[in-house]
Amino acid sequence: MNKAATPKQLGRLAAGGLVDRGQPLSFSFDGRSLEGYAGDTLASALVANQVRLVGRSFKYHRPRGLLSAGGEEPNALVELRGGARREPNTRATVAELFDGLEAVSQNRWPSLRFDVLAANRLLGPLFAAGFYYKTFMWPAAFWEKVYEPLIRRAAGLGRIATGPDPDTYEKAFAFCDVLVVGSGPAGLMAALSAARAGARVLLAEDDFRFGGRLLAERRPVGDRPGHVWADEVVAELKSMPNVRLLRRTCVFASYDHGVFAAVERVNDHLATPPEFEPRQRLWRIVSRRAVVAAGAIERPLLFGDNDRPGVMLAGAARAYANRYAALAGRRVVVSTDNDDAWTTAFDLAAAGATIAAVVDSRESPPVSAGAGLPWMSGAVVRALGGRSLEAVDVRTAQGGAHRIDCDLLAMSGGWTPTLHLTSHQGARPRWDERLAAFVADQLPSGMAVAGAANGERSTAEALAAGARAGMAAVEAVGLRARAADLPSVPPEPTAQRALWRMSGSAGKSFVDFQNDVTTSDIELAEREGYRSPEHMKRYTTLGMATDQGKTAGVNGLALLAERAGQPIGRIGTTTFRAPFAPVAIGALAGPHCGAEFKPVRLPAAHRWAVEQGAVLVETGAWLRAAYFPRSGEKDWLEAMTREVTTTRSAVGVCDVSTLGKIDLQGGDAAEFLERLYVNGWKTLAIGRARYGLMLREDGIVMDDGTVSRLGEQRYLVTTTTANAGSVFQHMQFCHQVLWPELDVQFVSVSDQWAQFSIAGPRARDLLRAVVDSRHDLSSEAFPYMAAADVRLADGTRARLFRISFSGEFAYELAVPAAAGERTVRWLMQAGAALGVAAYGLEALGTMRIEKGHVAGNELNGQTTAYDLGLGRMLSASKDFIGAVMARRGALTDPGRPRLVGLAPVDRAARIGAGAHFVAAGASPTAANDQGFMTSAAFSPTLGHWIGLGLLAGGPERLGEQVLAVDLLRARSTLVEVRAPVFVDPAGDRLRV
Amino acid sequence: MRIPCPHCGPRGHEEFAYHGDAAPIRPDPAAAEAERAFGEYVYLRDNPAGLHRELWYHALGCLTWLIVERDTRTHAIRGVAEARANHAQGQAAQ
Repeated sequence: MNKAATPKQLGRLAAGGLVDRGQPLSFSFDGRSLEGYAGDTLASALVANQVRLVGRSFKYHRPRGLLSAGGEEPNALVELRGGARREPNTRATVAELFDGLEAVSQNRWPSLRFDVLAANRLLGPLFAAGFYYKTFMWPAAFWEKVYEPLIRRAAGLGRIATGPDPDTYEKAFAFCDVLVVGSGPAGLMAALSAARAGARVLLAEDDFRFGGRLLAERRPVGDRPGHVWADEVVAELKSMPNVRLLRRTCVFASYDHGVFAAVERVNDHLATPPEFEPRQRLWRIVSRRAVVAAGAIERPLLFGDNDRPGVMLAGAARAYANRYAALAGRRVVVSTDNDDAWTTAFDLAAAGATIAAVVDSRESPPVSAGAGLPWMSGAVVRALGGRSLEAVDVRTAQGGAHRIDCDLLAMSGGWTPTLHLTSHQGARPRWDERLAAFVADQLPSGMAVAGAANGERSTAEALAAGARAGMAAVEAVGLRARAADLPSVPPEPTAQRALWRMSGSAGKSFVDFQNDVTTSDIELAEREGYRSPEHMKRYTTLGMATDQGKTAGVNGLALLAERAGQPIGRIGTTTFRAPFAPVAIGALAGPHCGAEFKPVRLPAAHRWAVEQGAVLVETGAWLRAAYFPRSGEKDWLEAMTREVTTTRSAVGVCDVSTLGKIDLQGGDAAEFLERLYVNGWKTLAIGRARYGLMLREDGIVMDDGTVSRLGEQRYLVTTTTANAGSVFQHMQFCHQVLWPELDVQFVSVSDQWAQFSIAGPRARDLLRAVVDSRHDLSSEAFPYMAAADVRLADGTRARLFRISFSGEFAYELAVPAAAGERTVRWLMQAGAALGVAAYGLEALGTMRIEKGHVAGNELNGQTTAYDLGLGRMLSASKDFIGAVMARRGALTDPGRPRLVGLAPVDRAARIGAGAHFVAAGASPTAANDQGFMTSAAFSPTLGHWIGLGLLAGGPERLGEQVLAVDLLRARSTLVEVRAPVFVDPAGDRLRV
Repeated sequence: MRIPCPHCGPRGHEEFAYHGDAAPIRPDPAAAEAERAFGEYVYLRDNPAGLHRELWYHALGCLTWLIVERDTRTHAIRGVAEARANHAQGQAAQ
């Protein structure tokens, strides 16, 4: 930007403030080039440039200016940056200014100054409380075509970026004895007291500068400016190794047992983050004690047109003047029901503004106010002006009416303690009539509140309360605290008599500026029966959206209480929920996006599979080879067909390392297996494997797999890939909770072993090439279901199992994971002469369907052993998990959907899993449903599609034809019910 | 929520798997009316507002099944013990 062209900062004071006049920063607002200083927020720089109109309101598109100087800002929501970094709904009051910042106002069309939809104001009655439920009810057809586009155009809150976020986010963990939230006078004293006692202290400050309210006040602390005192305390804290200071860090949530969440805006104050640095960092903070010193938020007064640009909270006007040396107006009226706003009058007068009047709703001003400022007892009843304030109408206590010209109205309805963090676990605050505020009542264990957040409003009270809270916290963690010297502070009046509403006010009085909720909306809601704060919130939308009613909440409750004729304390508050302030989804996701969304498990031979050109598929956390396409093969079906054909005619190799493997040992290992599985184990000889089926205690099938007996007291249990974790947990439950008296130990060895299936008529020839020739692999010496420790020819120790999932003559060879890749390469090399093919999950799945083996599709958490044709495995002579419940009549009803095989009557037809069965000719309704197809595959062996399915009374209906209705794929296929084993039902191939 | 594991110290609850009420004891399958007893064991659970003895498994830690005494209203944890120790007590009570 051309700095010479930027106008002077006409609202900037010549001296003072915490901005660096030696560091000018260029920025733009709605395309206008402007200049601010280092130390500014976007909002303070706008004030310094006398920009008053910063946005349009949500429903009525009314012109709006800055209301606040902090995170509670309801009006000044802007879009920052551009392109993929564009962020909507950013509060200008917390956006730190940087050189080149581009900000754009929102919710206006075509421009901020001229907004077509401001005509919504004329439609005001349409947008009253509950308008969502009333105005747009009918005709229903209007919703999509008329109402929704209208509302979307009218009520847009900014535009999101459409490109992927180019920045990175990270997560961090912190542990401390004492967490202090907020670095105002209370927070600094709490941190200092705790740190000096030796506690591990974490001090988190939302602002980019430590000091809280001290930065915005002229009141001296310890005989020096408050910010100087704050800097000294921060310097001492920084010098201590037991203290961590986090600025630009918003603690936005409080959880049980001292856990907090915070977001650190590490690089939001730069145009782009430096290389290798995150944009933001999400903290999880685990604390033993916490001191919430989060300050307080000022309330607006409710009077006609109280939303005109130029009507500002008194504390904010003071903060802009004192901290940022930016004057929000030259001719000022202060309207208040409390002492604090008088400080604004004095400070603005000292900064050179003219105080036209202080209007105090009480009969007399505070004692210290006798400094010659013009004042009157009464209240502002209406603000005048359009895009900028021009005058206010005042009604005096005596009944007089005055119109006072002004360009700034600094208003104060008192201060609401920021107690959100004390309520996130459900505690309800208590109404304090003297403070006219909700304060924390029952605090979560380990938490204290100090300072303005606890209604301790004066600086002196806050300092003392902070010191007390810090000392109490360190004593609670077993350290000795010594009383800190409190700096001296001049006396400060903090009295208030709450004025909830001006009588005789004209025009709209806004309670919730962000949602355009007015006093009459709340009255209407109450009249229509929405008398609980929660109902009122939802009906009027008061307290929703980005500011969550930080300036609106208590005023709304007070009005509701007044209408209902009840004390505010009885009305109560709505529930405080995290997050306290908006948090970017990117920060919550942290680095876990894209390929890093979740961890990926890779089998030991993954690199080999990739080299073979395998197409990979996610199965749970695992990445596995689906098939190994060769040149000339046009799709997965061709590759799978070749892999199956090669395996069934020669030999195939498949990586099955993902199966769960559990090494079980102990004197009671066999007894343990007896109780885990439905079938018996005591007869299993050393060196033999057996198929096992496991139920849940409710009688439903949990998992299946093989168990091999490796030694007198040692077994290797395998589980399905999907259930490896849950079966291990189940075994731990059975051992630790049910039968700790059993002498067993077990450990997961899933990752320690790589395992390969070697299947097909030439499998033994292939194995002979790699297994040490000392081992006799003949069927006499190593028959079907044999298991043994072996050595490979190169000396690698291995385990060999003669088990088969494919239905072929097959082995599974397990080697230590480190040897997995070299072993599979060796198998493929040695098998080249035999015509070996690697096969993937597609071929594996097809062959198990051909063989009628059940897998995850059938073990779906709803099927019994009986349903799967495995009912005879259930031993009647022993107890096992699920034994009693599996006997229930309904679980053994022959009419249940039970496993069958299916083949299309028209052999050329294709069938798919998920199709539901109805009788031929019946309509596809739920009432006619007879079950569904669980698995389907093209069978290269048979040359047509086949399926497995659960069909009501299935095994008794072999030979019948039913209709498989696949609504998802829009096809219905007549299928023939068959026995589920399509290939080698007698099992001859296994026993060669 | 932080759960003080007797082996690992206080750890975040996301390291644990929840298994609900610790009170049900697996019935004797040989007893009369075993099916009814198992039905209650499998399906019936109390859901008290207040102190609750419940099973937690330290899945991402020491793999121990724990009995945690937790106030369901406040999440305050009164005690944590190994489930296997509890079992011995439970059997003695039976």
